[in-house]
Amino acid sequence: MNSTVNEQMEVVYHKPQTLTDTPMHYCPGCGHGVVHRVLMEVIDEMGIAERTVGVAPVGCSVFAYHYMNVDMQEAAHGRASAVATGVRRVLPDKFVFSYQGDGDLAAIGTGETIHTINRGENILMVFVNNGIYGMTGGQMAPTSLCGMVTSTSPYGRDAAQVGHPLKITEMIAQLPGAYFVARHSVHTPSAVRKLKKAFKASFEAQKEKKGTCFIEVVSNCPSGWKMTPNESNAWMEQHMFPHFPPGDIKVPASMK
Amino acid sequence: MISGTIVVASEICKGCELCIASCPQQSLGLSSSINHKGYRFAQLVQDNCTGCTNCALVCPDSAITVYREKKTAKRAPQMVIASHAA
Repeated sequence: MNSTVNEQMEVVYHKPQTLTDTPMHYCPGCGHGVVHRVLMEVIDEMGIAERTVGVAPVGCSVFAYHYMNVDMQEAAHGRASAVATGVRRVLPDKFVFSYQGDGDLAAIGTGETIHTINRGENILMVFVNNGIYGMTGGQMAPTSLCGMVTSTSPYGRDAAQVGHPLKITEMIAQLPGAYFVARHSVHTPSAVRKLKKAFKASFEAQKEKKGTCFIEVVSNCPSGWKMTPNESNAWMEQHMFPHFPPGDIKVPASMK
Repeated sequence: MISGTIVVASEICKGCELCIASCPQQSLGLSSSINHKGYRFAQLVQDNCTGCTNCALVCPDSAITVYREKKTAKRAPQMVIASHAA
């Protein structure tokens, strides 16, 4: 329509400067883009872009270092938290985050994930859970739901054969090294705002060397689930949320 | 009502329609033309945008910049005159 920008108007929302202008390779409607942007917004607002080191995973978000204009390091499959441990120990005054998907963090990297958190490393671990291996063609992941049809479980996930979807976030919340553990999503504007608050709290905790902050983001995979983006968000609310309910799982008293 | 508007980076937009679903004013729709990637992109289809930023918050490709009309100087607080009512 002919609503044009004029002098009476001011910018109320724009892309964060720490996010590069490179067009993202993600499929239309993928939650990764929102998580990237929210993370970079927090880094922008806190003014810590020069002092932040990110660790990129293997998976859909393998090119995260193309989009995030902070120092980045690529890790071997599943080892992002181990690499982040090294970065943080060598450079203890930097803010360090690792960014992983469910196939990376909850399957091949389960050992690294659990031991990093058990040691209470002062890093932020971002875990994007869409219940499927998106990059390689929609295979069953440890977090796929029971009965979920994927390319390697064409009759639906059978718990008797391959076990139940892994609630790794609840598991690691039991560890004494975990300081702040929460589960969020990015399908609605209010969910995005909540996620932003959680990221901010995590970086603040890192400043005080409190322990590992772990944030799971339940996300969609329109291509892997073979749905439109809006359908996938509705499916996520209906099927993923009963098993992976959003909310705080472990919150220290100082954050309440 | 506060008026606002958005600018969509039409070459970045992938036409996922998440912004369309999140708009409380139903101001958004898909274009009839396509961009260089081959996607129909989001655009304003009505003049009732309030600049609430909901569309930009859910946009996975950060393609939306939101503008809103500047707030005028705050009104002087109205004097409350002690009423005669008991």
